[in-house]
Amino acid sequence: MSNTASPRPRFAWLLAVWQLLRRPSAKFSLGFLLIIGFGAGVLFWVGFNWGLELTNNETFCRGCHEMNDNVYQEYRTTIHDQNRTGVRATCPDCHVPHEFFPKMKRKLEASNEVLHKLLGTIDTRQKFESHRIELAQHEWARMKGNDSHGCRSCHTFDNMDLTKQSPRARLRHEQAQDQGKTCIDCNKGIAHKLPAGAVEAERAFNEKWNADHGLPNTPFPANPAVSDPAATITTAPEK
Amino acid sequence: MKTRILAAVMALGLLAGGALHAEDVKALPGDAPTNQVNAPPPVFSVNESGRVERTYRQQPPVIPHRIDRYEIDVKVNQCLRCHDWPNNVQENAPMVSATHFIDRDGNKLDKVSSQRWFCVQCHVPQADAKPLVDNTFQPAAAK
Repeated sequence: MSNTASPRPRFAWLLAVWQLLRRPSAKFSLGFLLIIGFGAGVLFWVGFNWGLELTNNETFCRGCHEMNDNVYQEYRTTIHDQNRTGVRATCPDCHVPHEFFPKMKRKLEASNEVLHKLLGTIDTRQKFESHRIELAQHEWARMKGNDSHGCRSCHTFDNMDLTKQSPRARLRHEQAQDQGKTCIDCNKGIAHKLPAGAVEAERAFNEKWNADHGLPNTPFPANPAVSDPAATITTAPEK
Repeated sequence: MKTRILAAVMALGLLAGGALHAEDVKALPGDAPTNQVNAPPPVFSVNESGRVERTYRQQPPVIPHRIDRYEIDVKVNQCLRCHDWPNNVQENAPMVSATHFIDRDGNKLDKVSSQRWFCVQCHVPQADAKPLVDNTFQPAAAK
Protein backbone atom coordinates (compact mmCIF):
# COMPACT_ATOMS: atom_id res chain seq x y z
CA MET A 1 0.00 0.00 0.00
CA SER A 2 1.62 3.25 -1.12
CA ASN A 3 1.35 6.46 0.86
CA THR A 4 -0.27 8.40 -1.99
CA ALA A 5 -3.09 5.85 -2.23
CA SER A 6 -3.85 6.16 1.49
CA PRO A 7 -7.27 7.70 2.26
CA ARG A 8 -5.66 9.50 5.27
CA PRO A 9 -2.36 10.99 4.04
CA ARG A 10 -2.22 13.14 7.21
CA PHE A 11 -1.19 10.08 9.25
CA ALA A 12 1.15 8.65 6.62
CA TRP A 13 4.21 9.55 8.75
CA LEU A 14 2.85 7.39 11.59
CA LEU A 15 2.77 4.44 9.26
CA ALA A 16 6.35 5.18 8.14
CA VAL A 17 7.53 5.26 11.78
CA TRP A 18 5.74 2.00 12.51
CA GLN A 19 7.37 0.35 9.49
CA LEU A 20 10.80 1.64 10.55
CA LEU A 21 10.29 0.22 14.06
CA ARG A 22 9.19 -3.14 12.69
CA ARG A 23 12.20 -3.58 10.38
CA PRO A 24 15.28 -5.22 11.98
CA SER A 25 18.32 -2.98 12.07
CA ALA A 26 20.77 -3.68 9.23
CA LYS A 27 23.37 -1.19 10.50
CA PHE A 28 23.76 -1.54 14.31
CA SER A 29 24.75 -4.66 16.20
CA LEU A 30 22.39 -6.21 18.72
CA GLY A 31 24.92 -5.47 21.50
CA PHE A 32 25.03 -1.79 20.60
CA LEU A 33 21.24 -1.55 20.52
CA LEU A 34 21.02 -3.35 23.88
CA ILE A 35 23.52 -0.98 25.52
CA ILE A 36 21.71 2.07 24.11
CA GLY A 37 18.37 0.65 25.28
CA PHE A 38 19.73 -0.14 28.73
CA GLY A 39 21.24 3.34 29.12
CA ALA A 40 18.04 5.02 27.98
CA GLY A 41 16.08 2.81 30.38
CA VAL A 42 18.23 3.86 33.34
CA LEU A 43 17.89 7.53 32.39
CA PHE A 44 14.12 7.18 32.05
CA TRP A 45 13.79 5.43 35.42
CA VAL A 46 15.93 8.01 37.22
CA GLY A 47 13.94 10.82 35.61
CA PHE A 48 10.67 9.13 36.57
CA ASN A 49 11.68 8.73 40.21
CA TRP A 50 13.10 12.23 40.32
CA GLY A 51 9.78 13.60 39.10
CA LEU A 52 7.97 11.44 41.62
CA GLU A 53 10.08 12.73 44.51
CA LEU A 54 9.70 16.30 43.31
CA THR A 55 5.90 16.03 43.56
CA ASN A 56 5.96 14.08 46.84
CA ASN A 57 7.15 16.52 49.48
CA GLU A 58 5.81 19.27 51.70
CA THR A 59 7.15 22.11 49.53
CA PHE A 60 5.21 20.81 46.53
CA CYS A 61 2.04 20.24 48.56
CA ARG A 62 2.20 23.76 49.95
CA GLY A 63 2.68 25.08 46.43
CA CYS A 64 -1.02 25.84 46.07
CA HIS A 65 -2.71 28.28 48.42
CA GLU A 66 -5.59 25.83 49.01
CA MET A 67 -3.24 23.55 50.97
CA ASN A 68 -0.93 26.25 52.33
CA ASP A 69 -3.61 28.55 53.77
CA ASN A 70 -5.94 25.89 55.16
CA VAL A 71 -4.62 22.47 56.14
CA TYR A 72 -0.95 23.41 56.43
CA GLN A 73 -1.61 26.27 58.86
CA GLU A 74 -3.63 23.91 61.06
CA TYR A 75 -0.95 21.23 60.91
CA ARG A 76 1.68 23.71 62.19
CA THR A 77 2.41 23.21 65.94
CA THR A 78 0.60 19.85 66.05
CA ILE A 79 2.62 16.91 67.38
CA HIS A 80 3.47 15.77 63.84
CA ASP A 81 5.05 19.13 63.03
CA GLN A 82 6.73 20.15 66.30
CA ASN A 83 7.78 17.85 69.10
CA ARG A 84 10.65 17.39 71.51
CA THR A 85 12.76 15.22 69.16
CA GLY A 86 12.18 17.22 65.97
CA VAL A 87 11.16 14.22 63.87
CA ARG A 88 8.40 15.32 61.52
CA ALA A 89 5.75 13.61 59.47
CA THR A 90 5.09 15.77 56.40
CA CYS A 91 2.07 15.70 54.05
CA PRO A 92 3.03 12.68 51.85
CA ASP A 93 4.11 10.60 54.86
CA CYS A 94 0.44 10.31 55.87
CA HIS A 95 -1.45 11.09 52.67
CA VAL A 96 0.48 9.20 49.96
CA PRO A 97 0.90 5.41 50.23
CA HIS A 98 4.52 4.30 50.51
CA GLU A 99 4.36 1.13 48.37
CA PHE A 100 4.84 1.45 44.61
CA PHE A 101 1.49 0.44 43.13
CA PRO A 102 -0.80 2.11 45.72
CA LYS A 103 1.39 5.21 45.33
CA MET A 104 0.93 5.18 41.54
CA LYS A 105 -2.82 4.75 42.01
CA ARG A 106 -2.96 7.72 44.38
CA LYS A 107 -0.84 9.81 42.00
CA LEU A 108 -3.25 9.06 39.17
CA GLU A 109 -6.23 9.93 41.38
CA ALA A 110 -4.54 13.23 42.16
CA SER A 111 -5.12 14.35 38.57
CA ASN A 112 -8.70 15.00 39.75
CA GLU A 113 -7.27 17.44 42.28
CA VAL A 114 -5.47 19.27 39.45
CA LEU A 115 -8.82 19.57 37.65
CA HIS A 116 -10.50 21.07 40.72
CA LYS A 117 -7.55 23.40 41.25
CA LEU A 118 -8.20 24.71 37.72
CA LEU A 119 -11.94 24.90 38.36
CA GLY A 120 -11.31 26.77 41.63
CA THR A 121 -13.58 24.44 43.61
CA ILE A 122 -12.02 25.30 46.99
CA ASP A 123 -10.17 28.52 46.22
CA THR A 124 -11.61 30.48 49.16
CA ARG A 125 -11.78 29.65 52.86
CA GLN A 126 -15.60 29.54 52.71
CA LYS A 127 -15.59 27.15 49.75
CA PHE A 128 -12.99 25.00 51.48
CA GLU A 129 -15.00 24.81 54.70
CA SER A 130 -18.20 23.96 52.81
CA HIS A 131 -16.47 21.06 50.98
CA ARG A 132 -14.51 20.02 54.02
CA ILE A 133 -16.85 17.32 55.31
CA GLU A 134 -16.68 15.58 51.92
CA LEU A 135 -12.90 15.92 51.63
CA ALA A 136 -12.42 14.62 55.18
CA GLN A 137 -14.57 11.58 54.47
CA HIS A 138 -12.46 10.74 51.41
CA GLU A 139 -9.42 10.71 53.66
CA TRP A 140 -11.18 8.68 56.39
CA ALA A 141 -12.26 6.12 53.78
CA ARG A 142 -8.79 5.91 52.28
CA MET A 143 -7.12 5.42 55.66
CA LYS A 144 -9.71 2.93 56.90
CA GLY A 145 -9.43 1.08 53.57
CA ASN A 146 -5.67 0.55 53.76
CA ASP A 147 -5.64 -0.15 57.53
CA SER A 148 -4.15 3.28 58.32
CA HIS A 149 -1.07 2.48 56.26
CA GLY A 150 0.20 6.07 56.57
CA CYS A 151 0.05 5.95 60.38
CA ARG A 152 1.42 2.44 60.66
CA SER A 153 4.47 3.10 58.53
CA CYS A 154 5.76 4.81 61.71
CA HIS A 155 3.42 3.69 64.52
CA THR A 156 3.09 -0.09 64.75
CA PHE A 157 1.22 -1.88 67.51
CA ASP A 158 4.11 -4.36 67.79
CA ASN A 159 6.65 -1.65 68.62
CA MET A 160 4.32 0.47 70.75
CA ASP A 161 5.33 0.40 74.42
CA LEU A 162 1.92 0.64 76.06
CA THR A 163 3.50 0.92 79.54
CA LYS A 164 4.93 4.31 78.53
CA GLN A 165 1.53 5.67 77.54
CA SER A 166 -0.92 7.50 79.75
CA PRO A 167 -3.40 5.15 81.48
CA ARG A 168 -6.25 6.14 79.20
CA ALA A 169 -4.24 5.80 75.99
CA ARG A 170 -2.97 2.41 77.18
CA LEU A 171 -6.51 1.16 77.83
CA ARG A 172 -7.86 2.39 74.52
CA HIS A 173 -4.94 1.02 72.51
CA GLU A 174 -5.34 -2.39 74.18
CA GLN A 175 -9.06 -2.35 73.36
CA ALA A 176 -8.32 -1.27 69.77
CA GLN A 177 -5.91 -4.17 69.32
CA ASP A 178 -8.41 -6.66 70.73
CA GLN A 179 -11.24 -5.32 68.59
CA GLY A 180 -9.10 -5.14 65.45
CA LYS A 181 -9.62 -1.40 65.05
CA THR A 182 -7.47 0.75 62.84
CA CYS A 183 -5.79 4.04 63.85
CA ILE A 184 -8.16 6.38 62.00
CA ASP A 185 -11.20 4.87 63.78
CA CYS A 186 -10.38 6.97 66.85
CA ASN A 187 -7.60 9.36 65.86
CA LYS A 188 -9.45 11.73 63.55
CA GLY A 189 -8.58 15.40 63.47
CA ILE A 190 -5.16 15.02 65.11
CA ALA A 191 -3.17 16.96 62.51
CA HIS A 192 -5.90 19.23 61.13
CA LYS A 193 -9.10 20.77 62.44
CA LEU A 194 -12.29 18.79 62.01
CA PRO A 195 -15.05 19.81 59.60
CA ALA A 196 -18.35 21.13 60.95
CA GLY A 197 -20.67 18.27 61.85
CA ALA A 198 -17.75 15.81 62.05
CA VAL A 199 -19.14 13.83 64.99
CA GLU A 200 -22.47 13.07 63.28
CA ALA A 201 -20.72 12.47 59.94
CA GLU A 202 -18.34 10.02 61.59
CA ARG A 203 -21.23 7.98 62.98
CA ALA A 204 -22.98 7.88 59.59
CA PHE A 205 -19.67 7.04 57.89
CA ASN A 206 -19.01 4.10 60.23
CA GLU A 207 -22.56 2.77 59.91
CA LYS A 208 -22.35 2.88 56.11
CA TRP A 209 -18.91 1.29 56.20
CA ASN A 210 -20.12 -1.56 58.41
CA ALA A 211 -23.18 -2.11 56.21
CA ASP A 212 -21.00 -2.17 53.06
CA HIS A 213 -18.54 -4.63 54.59
CA GLY A 214 -21.06 -6.91 56.31
CA LEU A 215 -20.00 -5.86 59.81
CA PRO A 216 -22.45 -5.45 62.70
CA ASN A 217 -23.35 -1.95 63.86
CA THR A 218 -23.24 -1.29 67.60
CA PRO A 219 -26.82 -1.33 68.93
CA PHE A 220 -27.62 1.39 71.44
CA PRO A 221 -30.52 2.02 73.83
CA ALA A 222 -32.85 5.00 73.57
CA ASN A 223 -31.52 8.39 74.60
CA PRO A 224 -32.49 8.77 78.26
CA ALA A 225 -32.50 12.56 77.93
CA VAL A 226 -35.10 12.53 75.15
CA SER A 227 -36.98 9.36 76.07
CA ASP A 228 -40.33 11.08 75.52
CA PRO A 229 -40.42 11.61 71.72
CA ALA A 230 -43.70 13.55 71.89
CA ALA A 231 -42.05 16.21 74.02
CA THR A 232 -39.03 16.44 71.77
CA ILE A 233 -38.26 19.23 69.36
CA THR A 234 -34.99 19.74 67.51
CA THR A 235 -34.66 23.47 67.88
CA ALA A 236 -36.23 26.02 70.12
CA PRO A 237 -39.36 27.65 68.61
CA GLU A 238 -39.18 31.19 67.29
CA LYS A 239 -40.54 33.81 69.67
CA MET B 1 38.59 69.99 61.66
CA LYS B 2 35.87 71.07 64.01
CA THR B 3 33.99 67.79 63.58
CA ARG B 4 37.15 65.80 64.24
CA ILE B 5 37.74 67.55 67.56
CA LEU B 6 34.12 67.05 68.48
CA ALA B 7 34.33 63.34 67.64
CA ALA B 8 37.52 62.94 69.71
CA VAL B 9 35.95 64.70 72.69
CA MET B 10 32.82 62.55 72.43
CA ALA B 11 34.90 59.35 72.23
CA LEU B 12 36.90 60.41 75.33
CA GLY B 13 33.70 61.25 77.14
CA LEU B 14 32.25 57.86 76.34
CA LEU B 15 35.36 56.05 77.55
CA ALA B 16 35.50 58.08 80.78
CA GLY B 17 31.78 57.60 81.35
CA GLY B 18 32.10 53.87 80.82
CA ALA B 19 35.01 53.60 83.25
CA LEU B 20 33.23 55.77 85.83
CA HIS B 21 29.92 53.87 85.83
CA ALA B 22 31.00 50.28 85.12
CA GLU B 23 30.99 49.39 88.81
CA ASP B 24 27.65 51.06 89.54
CA VAL B 25 25.74 49.15 86.87
CA LYS B 26 23.93 46.10 88.16
CA ALA B 27 22.42 43.48 85.91
CA LEU B 28 18.70 42.96 86.39
CA PRO B 29 19.09 39.47 87.94
CA GLY B 30 21.44 40.95 90.57
CA ASP B 31 24.39 38.79 91.53
CA ALA B 32 22.84 35.64 90.14
CA PRO B 33 25.21 33.90 87.72
CA THR B 34 24.20 34.57 84.12
CA ASN B 35 26.06 31.64 82.59
CA GLN B 36 23.77 29.05 84.16
CA VAL B 37 20.35 27.99 82.94
CA ASN B 38 17.41 28.29 85.27
CA ALA B 39 15.75 25.09 86.40
CA PRO B 40 12.74 24.44 84.15
CA PRO B 41 9.40 25.30 85.80
CA PRO B 42 7.54 22.27 87.14
CA VAL B 43 5.02 20.63 84.82
CA PHE B 44 1.96 19.28 86.59
CA SER B 45 0.47 16.46 84.60
CA VAL B 46 -3.30 16.09 84.51
CA ASN B 47 -4.76 13.43 86.79
CA GLU B 48 -6.01 10.50 84.75
CA SER B 49 -6.85 8.24 87.65
CA GLY B 50 -10.54 7.69 86.92
CA ARG B 51 -13.74 9.44 87.98
CA VAL B 52 -13.43 12.05 90.73
CA GLU B 53 -16.15 12.34 93.38
CA ARG B 54 -18.01 15.65 93.58
CA THR B 55 -17.01 17.88 96.45
CA TYR B 56 -20.46 19.41 96.83
CA ARG B 57 -23.89 18.71 95.43
CA GLN B 58 -24.46 20.25 91.97
CA GLN B 59 -20.74 20.63 91.37
CA PRO B 60 -20.02 20.20 87.66
CA PRO B 61 -18.05 16.92 87.58
CA VAL B 62 -14.35 17.45 86.88
CA ILE B 63 -12.74 15.87 83.82
CA PRO B 64 -10.49 12.93 84.78
CA HIS B 65 -8.33 13.04 81.63
CA ARG B 66 -6.30 15.34 79.40
CA ILE B 67 -8.22 17.52 76.97
CA ASP B 68 -5.45 19.76 75.64
CA ARG B 69 -5.73 18.59 72.01
CA TYR B 70 -9.53 18.49 71.85
CA GLU B 71 -11.21 20.90 69.49
CA ILE B 72 -14.13 22.84 70.96
CA ASP B 73 -15.18 25.62 68.63
CA VAL B 74 -18.18 26.82 66.69
CA LYS B 75 -17.84 23.93 64.20
CA VAL B 76 -16.99 20.93 66.34
CA ASN B 77 -17.07 19.82 69.96
CA GLN B 78 -14.82 16.81 70.36
CA CYS B 79 -16.01 16.12 73.92
CA LEU B 80 -19.36 15.15 72.44
CA ARG B 81 -17.68 12.53 70.25
CA CYS B 82 -17.66 10.26 73.33
CA HIS B 83 -19.98 11.93 75.84
CA ASP B 84 -23.03 12.67 73.69
CA TRP B 85 -25.67 10.05 73.02
CA PRO B 86 -25.45 7.59 71.24
CA ASN B 87 -21.65 7.57 71.04
CA ASN B 88 -21.31 7.30 74.83
CA VAL B 89 -22.77 3.78 74.60
CA GLN B 90 -20.05 2.35 72.37
CA GLU B 91 -17.28 4.44 73.98
CA ASN B 92 -18.41 3.44 77.49
CA ALA B 93 -18.24 7.08 78.58
CA PRO B 94 -20.56 8.92 81.00
CA MET B 95 -23.33 10.67 79.09
CA VAL B 96 -23.88 14.41 79.14
CA SER B 97 -26.44 15.19 81.85
CA ALA B 98 -30.08 15.25 80.76
CA THR B 99 -30.30 18.86 81.98
CA HIS B 100 -28.00 19.81 79.08
CA PHE B 101 -30.72 18.86 76.58
CA ILE B 102 -33.03 21.57 77.92
CA ASP B 103 -32.57 25.18 76.89
CA ARG B 104 -33.15 28.14 79.20
CA ASP B 105 -36.80 28.43 78.12
CA GLY B 106 -37.48 24.86 79.21
CA ASN B 107 -37.69 23.41 75.69
CA LYS B 108 -36.56 19.79 75.48
CA LEU B 109 -34.07 19.39 72.62
CA ASP B 110 -32.71 16.44 70.63
CA LYS B 111 -29.18 17.75 70.77
CA VAL B 112 -27.10 19.32 73.52
CA SER B 113 -28.32 22.89 73.99
CA SER B 114 -26.10 25.55 72.45
CA GLN B 115 -25.99 27.23 75.86
CA ARG B 116 -24.11 24.13 77.10
CA TRP B 117 -21.81 23.83 74.08
CA PHE B 118 -18.56 25.02 75.65
CA CYS B 119 -17.95 22.24 78.19
CA VAL B 120 -14.85 23.77 79.76
CA GLN B 121 -16.81 26.76 81.02
CA CYS B 122 -17.83 24.48 83.93
CA HIS B 123 -15.95 21.18 83.56
CA VAL B 124 -12.17 21.21 83.95
CA PRO B 125 -9.36 18.67 84.22
CA GLN B 126 -7.43 18.47 87.52
CA ALA B 127 -3.66 18.76 87.91
CA ASP B 128 -1.76 17.60 90.97
CA ALA B 129 -0.47 21.14 91.59
CA LYS B 130 -0.14 22.72 95.02
CA PRO B 131 -2.64 25.60 95.35
CA LEU B 132 -0.97 29.03 95.32
CA VAL B 133 -3.27 30.16 98.14
CA ASP B 134 -4.29 27.96 101.06
CA ASN B 135 -7.88 26.83 100.90
CA THR B 136 -9.98 26.04 103.95
CA PHE B 137 -12.98 24.69 102.03
CA GLN B 138 -14.68 21.70 103.68
CA PRO B 139 -17.14 19.64 101.66
CA ALA B 140 -20.67 19.90 103.08
CA ALA B 141 -21.74 16.48 101.83
CA ALA B 142 -21.44 13.69 104.38
CA LYS B 143 -18.72 11.29 103.32
